[in-house]
Formats: sequence, C-alpha cells, structure tokens
Amino acid sequence: MKVHFRIRRYDPEKAPKPYWQDFEVEVEPTDRVLDGLHYIKWYQDGTLTFRRSCGHGICGSDAMVINGRNRLACKALVKELGSRIVVEPLRGFRVIKDLVVDMEGFFAKYRAVKPYLITRSPEPEKEWIQSPEDRARFDDTTKCILCAACTTACPSFWANRDFIGPAAIVQAHRFIFDSRDEGAEERLAVLHSRDGVWRCRTVFNCVEACPRGIDVTRAIEEVKRLLLTRKL
Amino acid sequence: MIYRGGIGQWAYVLHRLTGVGILLFLLMHIVDTFIVRIHPETYTRLIRDVYAAPWFKPFEVALAAAVLYHALNGIRIVLIDFFDMPSVYHKRLFGAVLFLFVLLFLPGAYFLLRPLFS
Repeated sequence: MKVHFRIRRYDPEKAPKPYWQDFEVEVEPTDRVLDGLHYIKWYQDGTLTFRRSCGHGICGSDAMVINGRNRLACKALVKELGSRIVVEPLRGFRVIKDLVVDMEGFFAKYRAVKPYLITRSPEPEKEWIQSPEDRARFDDTTKCILCAACTTACPSFWANRDFIGPAAIVQAHRFIFDSRDEGAEERLAVLHSRDGVWRCRTVFNCVEACPRGIDVTRAIEEVKRLLLTRKL
Repeated sequence: MIYRGGIGQWAYVLHRLTGVGILLFLLMHIVDTFIVRIHPETYTRLIRDVYAAPWFKPFEVALAAAVLYHALNGIRIVLIDFFDMPSVYHKRLFGAVLFLFVLLFLPGAYFLLRPLFS
C-alpha cells in the first residue's frame, strides 16, 4: 500500500527552524513505521536522522510521536495507522536533528533515583533470597526499557522540565518495592522533593504511551501513598 | 499537532479550565462583596444590572457546570490517589463523573434558567 509520511525535520546546520517534509512510501500493511523510515532513509533521503537499535521493541531507542501519540516506531504497524502517518520527535526534549532528541536530562533523572540494588545488611553466603510473592510486588516496573515515551507524554513534564518524570519514578519503584533493597529512603528523598512524584496530576498519558504496557500511574500512586503513610 | 492523549488528558484539561474559571469568579466575588462596604448603592446596582440580569444567567449556569465538574472530577482524583487500582479503572470513574454530572446538572440548569421563561 502507498503511505504518505509527513516528518518533522530539523537540521540546525542548514535551517534555523524545523519544517515538515512529505514522502510517499510503498509498504506492506504489516510493515512497521520503522520500515517506512528505513525506506525513506535508504532510498529517498539519506539525511533523515533517527535513532533505532534493536528494532524489536526492547531497546527503547525509537520512541517518537507518531500520529500525535508517543509510540515505538518498531512496534507501530502501518495498518493500525492508515495511509497518512505523521512523525515528530518526542516532546519536551531539545531536538538535536530530525527525530533525534537530547536525552541527557532524562538519564540524569534516571541516575538520580539510584536504579541499582542498595544493601547494608551483611552479604549472605549465597544469594539474596526473595519469595515469588515479593518478586511479584514490583514485577510490572521491571519491564521499563527507558524509551522516554511516558515522560514525554506527560503534561506536567512539558510544563516543567525539572519534573523527575514517570520513567524515573517507575525505575525508583522497581527498587523501592524490592524486598532485597535497603536504599528506599535515599530514593524517596529524591521523589519527595519539589519536582518529585507530587508533580504527577494523574493524567494517565504515561500509561497510554508505554509500549511495554506498564501501569505507570499506578506505580506513581503507590510511591505517593508510601510517602504519605510511612511517616504516620 | 495537539498530543492525542486519552480520556485522562481531557479530564485533566477540563479540570484545569474549570479550576481557573472558578478562581476568576471567586476574585470577582471578593471584589463585589468588598464594594458593599465602601459604596452600597454601587453594590445594589451591580447586583441588579449584572448578577440578577437575564443576560448573566448563562454565566451562572456555566459557573454551576464548572463547580459541579470540578467537584466530581476532584472526587475521581481523590479515589485514584487513595485507593490502589489498575489504571484502566480511571476511565470508568470518568464515566461515572459524566453520568453524575448530567444527572445533577440538567435539573440544576433547569431551576437556574426557569425565571427567564416565566
């Protein structure tokens, strides 16, 4: 089928402002948006710039705004979008070129919540034992691939770029509710700050945007309730 | 292009708009009740020519709608905040908000607008 791609282009070395460019691409309905972008880059305009690594929905490189909504280009099927596909870079990040955005701030927030196991108890002889029930407690938030689809779908983040954002909260949740972890206080201190979890206004855009199907808002609410009840 | 978020996004936008609207009314209300102390005649005229005037009725209805929506959606947000539930439930809660809104607003609007037609 013939698909009309409308892509938000930006190259600060050529033009100071972003602009729209149109492409006609012949694709299969079962193709993904990423296939269309590849076709354009390989056969029509080699200057089109975007990130992608695994191409199978697990590396989180190719999140972008597709038909007005955050999706992974490698998971969005053409047949679900129709014959007109509009592609833009993620919102709220500085655009470097075309669909490539500066994610440094995003990863700085990721690092801020200390996304690794913190323990203080003496190390066990073999391994840190965890029951299946305790493992299930944070199962949902282990699925995050750091694609930033949630954070850049969040109106609170658009309005305030200092907001820690759903992705970092999901990552914090993954360790806060891990029975083996003992660093919850350090993470909660970050999340309880001015630009922490309380900036979440339960808009649920993150839940809709997450390509991994993580119930992001629920995780954020769990952190909020933990902050609320732990001092009582 | 406007971000095509789901129901949650539009519930939030409406919540913000009605919130700002109610705030503006409150400011207006503080000013007019302030006038009663410094110049009662102006206050009386203001009530007669603005608040009680037929052309103001639609604004009164809009205010009632804004307060009602803001209150009902506020309860929805409180429920989401305090009770653990899968996020999909927020859409059902929004359905309940809309249902209660229509249920309460229609008779309310009827009583507010009735003086215009009698």
